[in-house]
This record gives sequence, C-alpha cells and structure tokens, in this order.
Amino acid sequence: MTQVFFYGLSALAIASSLMMLFQRNPMYSVLYLLVCFFSVAGLYIMLNAQFLAVVHIIVYAGAIMVLFLYVLMFLNLNVQQHFSKSNMLRLAAMLTGGGLFLLLFSAFYQTELVVMPDPMNENVGSVQTLGKVLFNDYLIPFELTSILFLSAMVGVVIINKKEQTNG
Amino acid sequence: MSQNILNTLSILIPVLPLAGFLIHILFKDKISEKLAGVHATAWIIVSFVLTVVLFAHVRSNGAIHVQLFDWFAAGDMHIPFALQIDQLSVVMMMVITGIGSMIHMYSIGYMHGDAGFNRFFSYLNLFIFFMLMLVMANNYVLMFVGWEGVGLCSYLLIGFWFKNPEYNKAANKAFIMNRIGDLAMLLGLFLLFQYAGTLTFDGVAARFNPSSPEYFVPDSGMVNAITLLLFIGACGKSAQIPLYTWLPDAMAGPTPVSALIHAATMVTAGIYMIVRSNLMFSEAELTLQIITVVGLVTSIFAGAIALQQNDIKKVLAYSTVSQLGLMFFAIGVGAYDAAMFHLITHAFFKALLFLSAGSVIHGMGGEQDIRKMGGLRSYMKITHWVFGFGVLAIMAVPPFSGFFSKDSILVSAYHVSPVLWVLGLFAGLFTAYYMMRLYAVVFQGAPRMTEHVRAHIHESPRVITIPLMVLCALSILGGVINLPHIFGGNTMLTHWLEEIVPVHAHELAVSTELTLMGIASVAIFGVIFLAHRKYRVRQEVPVEDSEIHGINKVLNHKFYVDELYEAVIVKPLRMFSDFLYKIFDLKVVDGIVNGMGQLVQYASTQLRYMQTGTVSFYLFAMAIGMGAIVLLIYLM
Amino acid sequence: MDNTLSQQLQVIPLENYVMLSIILFCIGVIGILMRRNLIVVFLSIELMLNAINLMAASFSAYHNDPAGQAFVFFIMVVAAAEVAVGLAMLVMIYRNTKSIDINALNRLKW
Repeated sequence: MTQVFFYGLSALAIASSLMMLFQRNPMYSVLYLLVCFFSVAGLYIMLNAQFLAVVHIIVYAGAIMVLFLYVLMFLNLNVQQHFSKSNMLRLAAMLTGGGLFLLLFSAFYQTELVVMPDPMNENVGSVQTLGKVLFNDYLIPFELTSILFLSAMVGVVIINKKEQTNG
Repeated sequence: MSQNILNTLSILIPVLPLAGFLIHILFKDKISEKLAGVHATAWIIVSFVLTVVLFAHVRSNGAIHVQLFDWFAAGDMHIPFALQIDQLSVVMMMVITGIGSMIHMYSIGYMHGDAGFNRFFSYLNLFIFFMLMLVMANNYVLMFVGWEGVGLCSYLLIGFWFKNPEYNKAANKAFIMNRIGDLAMLLGLFLLFQYAGTLTFDGVAARFNPSSPEYFVPDSGMVNAITLLLFIGACGKSAQIPLYTWLPDAMAGPTPVSALIHAATMVTAGIYMIVRSNLMFSEAELTLQIITVVGLVTSIFAGAIALQQNDIKKVLAYSTVSQLGLMFFAIGVGAYDAAMFHLITHAFFKALLFLSAGSVIHGMGGEQDIRKMGGLRSYMKITHWVFGFGVLAIMAVPPFSGFFSKDSILVSAYHVSPVLWVLGLFAGLFTAYYMMRLYAVVFQGAPRMTEHVRAHIHESPRVITIPLMVLCALSILGGVINLPHIFGGNTMLTHWLEEIVPVHAHELAVSTELTLMGIASVAIFGVIFLAHRKYRVRQEVPVEDSEIHGINKVLNHKFYVDELYEAVIVKPLRMFSDFLYKIFDLKVVDGIVNGMGQLVQYASTQLRYMQTGTVSFYLFAMAIGMGAIVLLIYLM
Repeated sequence: MDNTLSQQLQVIPLENYVMLSIILFCIGVIGILMRRNLIVVFLSIELMLNAINLMAASFSAYHNDPAGQAFVFFIMVVAAAEVAVGLAMLVMIYRNTKSIDINALNRLKW
C-alpha cells in the first residue's frame, strides 16, 4: 500500500515535470508543474511532515504558481511565440543534464546513507516542534527573512515603477 | 622641603616653558606681540627662579630624584620617566634658564616687528623645554628625547625665515648633520644597554664605579666602542670635526637663536652628555685619546678659519666651534670639571658676543659684513663696551672669566703632557687674534658704511642692552665660580661636581702654575698686540673676496671643507641615487609595476570575449561549473 | 496506530527519496538549459528548489531532526522572494524587448 503510494506519486512528479519541460505553451507548463508540486506535497505527507506539506501547497500552489499565471495573463504570453530552435542546444542541454545526473548518481551510489533508529517520528514534523525550532534555534534568520521579504517587495515596486516613468 | 613640593617644583621647571609654547600654539595670532614676548620671557624667568630654589636645596640636601612614571618596559628594559636634579644638571639648568631668560628678553627688542614674532617665541619656549628635558632626564633615553627635541627646534629656528631658500638649506644641513651623529648615538645607546643592562645614569655609573657593588671590570673593546659612538653623537650636536660644518651655516637663523642654541646651550649638550657619563669615558683609553685629538684639531682648525671670515656672525660661529673643541680637549685629558667650567663661562661670554653682534646688526639695519662697518664705538656706546669685555673674556685675558676656565684646561693638559699644553695655548692664540681683529674692524677705525646706513645707526633699546649688561657682568666675574687656589679661591665648581666627577687631585707646584700662566698670558698679549697693530693702528681692513690670495684664500673658503664634502660624499651619493632612480626605479620597479598592469589589461581584454551576452551560454557555464565542484568534492 | 503508521512509512527506504530528488533536480537543470522561454526557465528553477526541499525533508524525517524541515521553510521563503523579483524583472524585460526569449538579453556583453 505505502509502496504503491510512493511510486505512484514519484512517477506522477517525474512525468509532470517532464511534461512541463516539453510543453510549448507556458500556460500548460505552469499547470503541469502544479501537478508536480501536489505530488511532492503528497511525498511530504508520506515523510510524516504534514505541516510542511500544507505550507508547500499554500506557498507554491497558492502563491507562486498563481503569480506565474497572473504574469502570463497580464502579458498575454500564452500566445505562441517564436523561439529560435536549435537541436545543438537541446543536445548540449541533454548531455550536460545527463552528465550531471550521472555524476550525482555515482556520488549517491557510493554514499552510505545513515538512518536513525525509529525514524519518521511524527513529532518531528509537527507544528509544535517546528515552531520551537524556528523560534529558538533559528530566531534571527527567521526575523531576517522578514527583511528579505520587505526588500523583495520594495525591489519589485521599484523595478516596475521605474518602467512606468520611463515609458 | 617636603618631597611633594620638590616634585612639583622640579616638574614645573620644564613644564612652564612648555605651557608657554602651548599658549603660543593655541592662541597663535590672537595675542599681541608685546604680550607674547612678555609672557614667553616670564615663563623662563619663573623657571630660573625655581631652579635657584632647587639649587639651594641640592646644595644642602643633595640630589633630587623625581620618579614620574614608567615610560616603557620591555623584557629587561625599564625606562622610567624620571627627572634627576643633581649637582651637574642643576648647574646646566641655571645656565639654560638664566641665559635663556636673558635671551628671551633680548629677543623682544631684536625681533620687534618681525612677522613671525609669536612663532619665534613659541619655538624658543619649546627649545627651552627640550633643553631642560635633556639635562633633567635621569636616563639616556629620556635625554635622547630632549636631544632630538633641541635638534628639531634648532632646525625650526635656523630656517625661521623660511622664505629664503638658502636658510632652508642651512636648516636642512644642520638637521642632516645632526642625524648622522644621532645615528651613532643611538647605536651607542643600544650597545650600552646590551653591555650594562640599564640606561639610567645612576645604573650605568654604578657599573663603572669600582666602589659600587654592581661594578664589573670593563671590557675595554666594548667600552671603547660605546664611548666612541656616543662621542660621534656628541660631535654632531657639538659641531666637532668632521660634523661641524652645519654650525657656521646655522647662523642663518636670527641672532638670538645663534646665541641661545648655537653658542650657549644646545651645542654644549655633547659636553654635558660626556661629563654625565664620565666614569664610563674614563675607562675608555682610546676614546679619550681620540677626543683629545679631535677637540684639539677642531679648535685650531676652526680658529684658523675664523681668521679670514668677514661675516660678523661667521667669525663668532667658528669661534664657537673652536671653543667647543677646547672643551672636548679638556674632556680628552680627563678634566671634566674644567670642561664644565669652560662650558659655563663660554655660555656667558659667547652669548654676550652674539647678542652684542646682534645689537650691531640691528643697529646697522641687517648688515653683517664687517668690511662695511667700522668706527661703531661712537655710535653704539653700550654695545661697544659690552662687546669689548666679551672679547677680553674670550681672549683669556686675566682676570676675566675666560682666563680662568682656559687656564684650568691648560693646566690639566700640562698634567698629561707639556706638548698638549703648547697646542692648547696655540689654539687660544688664534682666538685672541681673530677676536681682536673682529673688535678692531667693527668698532674702531673710520666708518665705512654708506651715508644712508650711517644716518640710521642707533643704539639698541633698553630691552636689548639690559641683558647685554647682565651678561657682561657675568662674563667679567664668571671666573669666581671656580677660582683656583693660587688666587685664594677654593675651586667651587670642582668641589660642587665632586659627586658626579671624581676629583683627581694633583696640584701643580705654585711656581710652575704661575709660570705657565705667565707664559700663556704673555703669548696672548703678544698676539693681541700684533692684531692691534695691524687692524687698529694701521687700520687695515679685510680685503674684498676677489683680492684674497694664497693661504688666506684657503682660510676664507674654510679649507674648502664644504666643497670637499660636496665632492666626496654628496656628489657620489647623488650619482648613486640618480643611478638607482634611472636604472632601478624606472626600469626595474616601474617595469614590474607597469608590467603587472599591462598583463592584467591584456588578459582581461582576452577574457572579455567570454562575456558573449548569451544567457544560455552562461547557464551552461554555470551547470558545468556546478558539476565540476561536485566532481571535485566527490573525488576528494 | 501512529506507531504502525510510521512503521508503514518506513517501508520506503531513504535512498528512494534521494534518488527521486536527484532525478527531479536533473530535469530542472535540463529545463533551464534547454528552454528559452524565460517563464519555463523560472519554472525549472522552482523545480530544482523543490528537489532540494524534498531531499532536506526526507533527511530530516529519517534523522529525526527538525532542523532540516526548518531549512525547507527558509528555502521556500527565498524561493518566494526570488520569484517575486524575478517575475518583476521578467515583466520589465518583456516591456523593453517585447520578448521573453532569454537570448533577447544578448546585450549583456562586452
């Protein structure tokens, strides 16, 4: 049962990401990636990290992907555009990606992964535990992320405002 | 007197001039000329009074030690910031503050109206501060601070009229010459520390005092090396061969500076330093011989040059070099007390001579060439008289102060060898001749200045003449401080310095001593008579530069020493520097520097083309780079 | 019941999760290199970030260490900010060049 879930979700994730890759229309790419994200969220649940899964859905599916779709519609980009095609480029991309994969795989193959006894403790992924960790051990980085967001926000506004004055 | 009050007084003595300097610096142009001069003088006078108080205390209670704080300590080295007011330093302090206050007062009149009036007094105050530090320090390092400080002030004051490039050159020359000496001095101090393990005067003296528990038998080679280096340092500061050439050039400074720094105080620092270390120098046989020779040669050499100088200040400058040589001569024959005695009397009469020369220059409107003077006795009566007494004192005519001090030197020389006595007397004869010549040419005979100048000749104001008269009195009576036994005196100064300078009591027979004095006096009178006949009776005037021939020309050109140094040291150095500049700097150093720049420029020009602007290319590069990093980690 | 759940979950070995992460990551890399549509390039970056997140979360779970999941949060934060700024730039680029082809940016050269 568990294995069925795992392999099913994995296959879905890989398939949808590959579909994302080969779609001509960026709108479909976004939607396929969304599917991929949902399956990754399913995998989080299988890792007993329910809170992470929920946040993942909210942030990626709810915020980021919507932002993508919004930009696509805003710029009306789902209309097929002409992109210069080059088989050389594809080949090189495949080779590079494949090489990287082989490299990572061989590294992975030679690594002995250590697993703690009695893993998958549901307390690890709970809101309570994560909250304690975030607000005790990682308080300063956590607060710094708010500054990061603020600066990102300001940056976005500035970038587009400049455009308006120029245009 | 309680220790606290003593400490405060001792500290105040150098601090007051420093305060004066700081006030000048802080309120630069805000205070009027009059106020500036008066307060600068007042500080020194107060210091002088305090020094007298301390003198009385030292007289009854012995030396005062003022421990202020540890200046620095490193390893075995402990240098305290401490003052030591003993018999020797208190005498020096009295000379410095006493003559210093006179000269300050004089300067109020002399520098009147000068644009740099306040600056001048600030330097003078600073100089007094450093000079006091020099003599009040209780260790060599602190003394060296004062030593360098007076060098700095000397530089500043020689180049006081800095708009004249010649004067600046003279200031540089003085500074560089001193630097050579200071280098040797520093090396000497390093060696001394290594050898004796301490740099306080008391500590070093204890190592060389056979009655002290810390005494150890001196290693003569080492002691000779140390003392020789220290002596070279003293040579620089006290203008001895071969480092004397800066002193005549230093006459570029205002006359009070010449009187204070280059006659009375700073140039005697070398003498003071050696007298301070006399126990060590007494162990250095070779060094003492060298000092004797150098002192004697300098004395005769400078005296000979002075015979043919026509600048009133240059004559006095060479005379100073000559007299300093005599003091070193005294040290060389082991008569430290005689050297100190001559130092003091010389401070009196040489300050007097310089100041009255300044008065003459002042009255003549800046003229310094004695050929354009003459007959001034009727125009400047006071100056004429005090100068006359100064001349008598320096010529060693009895019973003026110079007679006693020179006599004590000559007597000490006679102990060592009669030949030295003759040579010392010979140096004194030069002095008598050129001083008589100077006096006669300047004050006697017919006036030779232009009508315009003559109309403006005037006696200097009170503020100038009063210090002159005070110094004149000191020059006449200065001999009493060390009156020898045969004249009913009790050699006060020698006894006073006993604790610092052990007395080697060997009196000559009274008859011998009187004979020696008689011969010396007769010889001096003979020379004076010669000069008198030539310059006063026949009223000869030194000829123009172009008409000087033969040996006189050599003398007039100061034995061509400056030219010699120029040719032997300066020119080769210039050529060497030029070579280094043209070959080493321009070719090698610049070649490397520019080459690096060109290499980077070339490489970046080539690498620039990597920036294709194609984003895919960048992405590929990034991916491959990432892979390379992973591979690297994986392989490691 | 919970115990049995985590025991059931343990049936899947850690290696599988790592393997899946590697595969997703490489797909993301290929996507970045192959596609010229800036939107898709961005999407691929998101995919790569997800692969990393999955790896971190699985290590966290198998090591009983919540720090890994905390890191996932931070990565999400950075990703969100990155997407916001990146899309803003994309919009600007589109306005300037009327294209979202990455090679339209070839003015970025010497």
